[in-house]
Amino acid sequence: AMLRASLRQVSAALKEGRVTPTELCQRCLALIKSTKFLNAYITVAEETALKQAEESEERYKRGQPLGSLDGIPIAVKDNFNTAGIETTCASNMLKGYISPYNATVVQKLLDQGAVLLGKTNLDEFAMGSGSTDGVFGPVRNPWSYSKQYKEKSVPKCPSEDEESNWVITGGSSGGSAAAVSSFTCFAALGSDTGGSTRNPAAHCGVVGLKPTYGLISRHGLIPLVNSMDVPGILTRCVDDAAILLGSLAGHDPKDSTTIQDDFKPFELPDLTDVSKLSIGIPKEYHAPGLSNEILALWSKAADLFKNAGAKVVEVSLPHTHYSIVCYHVLCTAEVASNMARFDGLEYGHRSDLKDSTESMYAATRREGFNDVVRGRILSGNYFLLKQNYEKYFVKAQKVRRLIANDFVKVFRSGVDVLLTPTTLSDAAPYMEFIQEDNRTRSAQDDILTQAANMAGLPAINVPAALSERGLPVGLQFIGRSFQEKQLLAVAKWFEKQVQFPVIQLEEVKRHDSDVFQHQKSASFS
Amino acid sequence: QKVSVEVLDHLEHLALVDFRDSEGVDWLQKAIQFADQLHEVNTDGVEPMDSVLEDRCLYLREDDVTEGNCTKELLGNAREKVEEYFVAPPGNIPLPKLEERETFLQGS
Repeated sequence: AMLRASLRQVSAALKEGRVTPTELCQRCLALIKSTKFLNAYITVAEETALKQAEESEERYKRGQPLGSLDGIPIAVKDNFNTAGIETTCASNMLKGYISPYNATVVQKLLDQGAVLLGKTNLDEFAMGSGSTDGVFGPVRNPWSYSKQYKEKSVPKCPSEDEESNWVITGGSSGGSAAAVSSFTCFAALGSDTGGSTRNPAAHCGVVGLKPTYGLISRHGLIPLVNSMDVPGILTRCVDDAAILLGSLAGHDPKDSTTIQDDFKPFELPDLTDVSKLSIGIPKEYHAPGLSNEILALWSKAADLFKNAGAKVVEVSLPHTHYSIVCYHVLCTAEVASNMARFDGLEYGHRSDLKDSTESMYAATRREGFNDVVRGRILSGNYFLLKQNYEKYFVKAQKVRRLIANDFVKVFRSGVDVLLTPTTLSDAAPYMEFIQEDNRTRSAQDDILTQAANMAGLPAINVPAALSERGLPVGLQFIGRSFQEKQLLAVAKWFEKQVQFPVIQLEEVKRHDSDVFQHQKSASFS
Repeated sequence: QKVSVEVLDHLEHLALVDFRDSEGVDWLQKAIQFADQLHEVNTDGVEPMDSVLEDRCLYLREDDVTEGNCTKELLGNAREKVEEYFVAPPGNIPLPKLEERETFLQGS
């Protein structure tokens, strides 16, 4: 069951020669082909991946692998620049754009011998919470095709089949989450500005880590909101996320917003005693629209910690209700600024209109951006108008401080880690999701995740249980700034208690031809 | 309180993105309404926050050239170029006013 192994396990297998990097790469590429219906990948870099795998194989033969990531197939969200490989941001604006350089995080992965399989699908320019609004079409949640979901779904009418029943991945890093969830890669990079890594992680049953702002370089990540964006890590277990974090974190001279402190990659401790921990339960996260199922799961998780001896306290983050509004203003304002670079002159789509620079720019942007992007640019510009600047933009910056302070107060009171739901419910069917527009959806879905981006705090989604519909539901842990070690240790402990079930996909069984290990279902749900 | 036509026109000029139709304008109205909730929060005496890393020093690199000489790569992604120049249509021609613009952009 090589494809379903953890990063650590497969790394050991590579070292011991039980599998070769080229074998692994080929299997992943084959699985990508047969799961094409998921639409998780925009570009599959087959040739370069095989070449990287061959080079890795040489190193293993010489007994000189570069590290635990050598030969490991990974995928990268299509808003990271990858040299020589198309980077589209799922937008017409960048269709055909071949990056001349690698984002720092991509370079770091390649320098350690990782095999880049391809670029994953997303909402256009990472704006959205469904991975449904990109020009290459929506991403399908692999769980739509799982035995667990099919068993629970009752077709509403005889003609309805799985074609119309499929559920979304969440977003905007849906492609990356789907890729990891369907075993086509061992880890994937996403980005997280308002929850874009944690949301799809929750819906796809994978671990989604949002690191502290300033820990991982944003150089080469096409920016959305400079003060909130972070590269996100998606893996199948917390341990693997720690490995990725270790290889990516650290100061980058090319990104002046990365902190200068020395980052020491850590070996994730196996917590056995949580009695010294204080877990905070923020009452405002009992948000309107939170499903009863998730509420119950959240409560059960709190009890789990309590019964294990940890101190579990209710806390308050009073400005939670306003964080989504604050985010709306700051996000659109920064987006308006960041999208200004797309004018057709130096890269990307260019309109044929030649009459004047301005008309060419306007037409280029009209043709290149979808409604969501254009809507945010216009709103952002409105809030930045001279007459609105104080009233909206500066006001939002003040509210941001209040939100950040809420967290500071809570952590100062002795709480180590916060436990909250990640999403309001399990994944919605695509047909239902598209009934509401992108902004309404984002406003609803980001509610539990984006305060962590406001405050720059690290946060992680851990898959917790399957819903009544047989779909994954995750819970979120939010930690103190730069305390990823503690955050991940707690997450790992929780993961161990929960024993989240492995997704049962027919496609994977066929490609992973070892004896299929039937893993015992969740003792938790 | 609806957004005036002057402001809409001004926004289109600034953003170089058009509302396209009444739906687009509606979208903006809703965005403003949503944002207005911010005024319920008391922010007296609160300083605006630019960055979560505000209490750290921002370091700049030394002014040493460490890379460059990549003209070919940089020009590689541009559609219109002449020798080592990016080519732009004539500048200093403002976008037409809202009334005239509908027809102007018909070409795209």
